[in-house]
Amino acid sequence: MKLNFELNGRKLEREIAPDETLLHLLRACGMHSVRGGCDTSNCGVCTVWVDDRPVLSCGYLAARVEGRRVTTLEGARAEAGELMNCLAAEGADQCGYCSPGFIMCALAMFRELGDPSDEEMRRYLAGNLCRCTGYESQMRALAKCAEGRRSK
Amino acid sequence: MISIQEYRFAESLDEALQLLDASRKNRVIGGGMWLRLGHASVKTAIDLSRLGLDRIEATEDEIAIGAMATLREVETAPCLRELFGGVLAESVSPIVGVQFRNMATVGASVYSRYGFSDLLTALLALDARVELRRAGTMALEDFLKNPPEKRDILTSVRVRRDGRRAAYRTFRRSATDFGVLNVCASISPEGDWRLSVGARPARAARCLEAEALLAAGDAAGAAKTASEKLRYGSNLRGSAEYRRALAEVLTLRCWDALKEGKA
Ligand SMILES: Cc1cc2nc3c(=O)[nH]c(=O)nc-3n(C[C@H](O)[C@H](O)[C@H](O)COP(=O)(O)OP(=O)(O)OC[C@H]3O[C@@H](n4cnc5c(N)ncnc54)[C@H](O)[C@@H]3O)c2cc1C
Ligand code: FES
Ligand code: FES
Repeated sequence: MKLNFELNGRKLEREIAPDETLLHLLRACGMHSVRGGCDTSNCGVCTVWVDDRPVLSCGYLAARVEGRRVTTLEGARAEAGELMNCLAAEGADQCGYCSPGFIMCALAMFRELGDPSDEEMRRYLAGNLCRCTGYESQMRALAKCAEGRRSK
Repeated sequence: MISIQEYRFAESLDEALQLLDASRKNRVIGGGMWLRLGHASVKTAIDLSRLGLDRIEATEDEIAIGAMATLREVETAPCLRELFGGVLAESVSPIVGVQFRNMATVGASVYSRYGFSDLLTALLALDARVELRRAGTMALEDFLKNPPEKRDILTSVRVRRDGRRAAYRTFRRSATDFGVLNVCASISPEGDWRLSVGARPARAARCLEAEALLAAGDAAGAAKTASEKLRYGSNLRGSAEYRRALAEVLTLRCWDALKEGKA
C-alpha cells in the first residue's frame, strides 16, 4: 500500500506492507538512530515522535502515520545537542544502545513539562530501560541539562 | 507476529461495523499494542483513528471518554485529574511508559476485559457505562459479566459525575510490570461505598459484602471479607494466597486514604 508522511521535515511517499511496523519503515528509510530491542513495547529504545508525541515505533503500525509527521533523532539533533553533551559528561551512555530512544523521550518530556522535578523525570522516563548505566548517571545528566535550560 | 492483509481507515462507524461483520478475520485496531503481540492473521485491519473518537468530554452529569482516547490522554486530561480523586489518571500512570500510553487506547482496554487491567479496576468502582455501536449502552459491570455475544465496537466509556471520591492502590513487583493486585474504593456523598478488586488475576469484580461493611464503618472486616469472598488465583506474578493478603492490605489503604481525605 502507498504511504505519504513527513519524516524529519521531508515529505515522503513509500510503498509499505499493511502490517509493517514504523520501526522497520524508519530503518529502511536510513534512520539508523531508531533501534529495535525487546520488540514487545517494553523497553523504549525504539522511541520516535509522531506529531511530536513520543511513541514506540516497534508497536506502531506504519500505515497509521499516513498524513502525519514523524521525527527521529536525526531530525532533532539541534534540540538534542545540550542533552547529548550532558550525557557524555556524566558517562551516562555506555554501550549507547538505549541513548537515541532515551533522548527522544527526554526531549519530549522537556517540551511537555518545561522544568520537571526529579520525581517527574523518573516517572516520565520509566519506560526507557537501560542495561548499563543504572540510571543514576542519566539522572545527573538530566539534572545538569535542566539547570542549563533554567539559566538560559 | 500479527499479519495484516489490508489496512483501512474507516470513514464512519457504520462502515467500521460493516467491515467487522464482513469476516471473522477482520479486526478493529485501537493502539494495536496488544494485537501485535499475538499471532492473529488479520484480513482487514479497521482503523478507527479518523472518527473523532479520541475526545474526553465533561458535561454537568458525566464524563465521556472516547474509545480512541489514549491512556496518556486519560492521565493528562485536566478534568480527570480532579474528578473522583484523580483515580482514572492514577490507575493508568503505572502502565509501561509515556510512549506506550500515547498509543494504547481506552476502547481496547475496556472492550477486551483484561483481568490485569488497571483502568477497569478503577472504572468499576465508579458509576461507569460502556457505549457499544450495536448493543447500545450498558453498565460496565454488566458488560464485564455478560458481554454481548456478537462482536461489537466500543465507542465510549461514560462515567456519572456523582460526586464520588475514590482511591486506587496497586501492587507491582517492579515498575512498569503488570499489577499483582489492583484495588479501587469509592464513596459517594450519600455514603454509598464501592470496592473493586482486579488482577486477581481474573477480571476486576466488586465485593458487595465488603462494600456493606465499609458503609458500616468496619474497615478491618471489609478488608478481610474482600480477601475471602472474591476468588483469587495464582500465576507467575503471585500466588492466590499472596493476592488474598494483598487484597486485605490494599483495601485498608484505600479506606485510610478516603477517611483521611488524601485520595
Ligand atoms: C507490554 C504490555 C504491557 C502492558 N501492561 C499493562 C498494565 O500494566 N496494566 C494494564 O492495565 N494494561 C497493560 N497492558 C494493556 C494495555 O494497557 C492495553 O489495554 C492494551 O494494549 C490494549 O490496548 P490497545 O489500544 O493497544 O489495543 P489493540 O491491540 O488495538 O486491541 C486489543 C483488542 O481490542 C479490540 N479493540 C480495539 N479497540 C476496540 C474498540 N473500540 N471496540 C471494540 N474492540 C476494540 C481489538 O480488535 C483487539 O482484539 C499492557 C500491554 C502491553 C502490550
Ligand atoms: S523495541 Fe520498542 S519498546 Fe522495546
Ligand atoms: S547505555 Fe547501554 S543500554 Fe543504556
